[in-house]
Amino acid sequence: MKLVISTVVGVARFIYRFVVGDDWTVAMAILLALAATGVLVGNHISAWWLVPFVAIFMTGVSLRRSARQHHTP
Amino acid sequence: MTGAGVVLLTTFLASSVEAIEMVVIVLGVGATRGWRSTVLGAAAGFAVLAVIIVVLGAALAAVPIGPLRVIVGALLLLFGLQWFRKGIARVAARGLAGVSEQGVEDDDVPAAGIDWVAFVLSFKGVLLEGLEIALIVVSFGLAAGQLGLSVVGAAAAVVVIGATGFALKGFVTRIPRSLLQLIVGTLLTSFGTFWSLEGLGVTWPQSDLDIVALLFAYGLAATTYIVMERRRIHQMTLETA
Repeated sequence: MKLVISTVVGVARFIYRFVVGDDWTVAMAILLALAATGVLVGNHISAWWLVPFVAIFMTGVSLRRSARQHHTP
Repeated sequence: MTGAGVVLLTTFLASSVEAIEMVVIVLGVGATRGWRSTVLGAAAGFAVLAVIIVVLGAALAAVPIGPLRVIVGALLLLFGLQWFRKGIARVAARGLAGVSEQGVEDDDVPAAGIDWVAFVLSFKGVLLEGLEIALIVVSFGLAAGQLGLSVVGAAAAVVVIGATGFALKGFVTRIPRSLLQLIVGTLLTSFGTFWSLEGLGVTWPQSDLDIVALLFAYGLAATTYIVMERRRIHQMTLETA
């Protein structure tokens, strides 16, 4: 039982680290952008630009946040 | 050119595009995180692919490739963005030229056992691209009534592109790790964006060529952020001095 629990926890931890990583806001923003793109495409609206824009924007936000955290004593 | 020649050349070229994407991922992941787990992941991907092809055969054409592209693409995009961000921060902090990267800690690469991150990335890249090659073979081969030749064209593409990738292995491993992480992060992010959006039904104006446009856009963004980060680091150094 202990082995099963530790395996499940290990797999869950791996999936979280793989998908979310060290900044959950980036992962959340990308998933929302993908969902929004799906809705827009479903309504025949060109939306190829949305995910790249969000990815680049959120990278900047995350870099800035990380820099501020390291700067704070 | 004869009909057989056209079938052979078309499947070779179409499969080459997919094989390049497959090899780029395997090569980049292997050079960044180590070859053992990457090769194991690729081998597992080929094994699962072989089972799918044997079991489904011509029924492969019915595989819902759209949802698969969304899932694999989104996962590659999410993971690629992590490396993209870390690569920008590291290159901004350490620069590109004359840097000894021997001491760079590789975050979470295990010293022993399987590196599951490398395994999964490699596995997914091989499985998705391999499935796309299989779909090209089945759809084109059946339409032209030349399934055997179609298989030969695709197999030749995988062998030629794979051999080219293997020949480039030495060169890739000599690239400083920070820069390599940024390059692979940019590649994974670009492929992930392309596949996930294609799976969602987005029509790319120039088809697979738009991957190059995405690479350019993400590369430009990375360069801009590196310049901004270097300025910030420089300013901080001045303030502390």
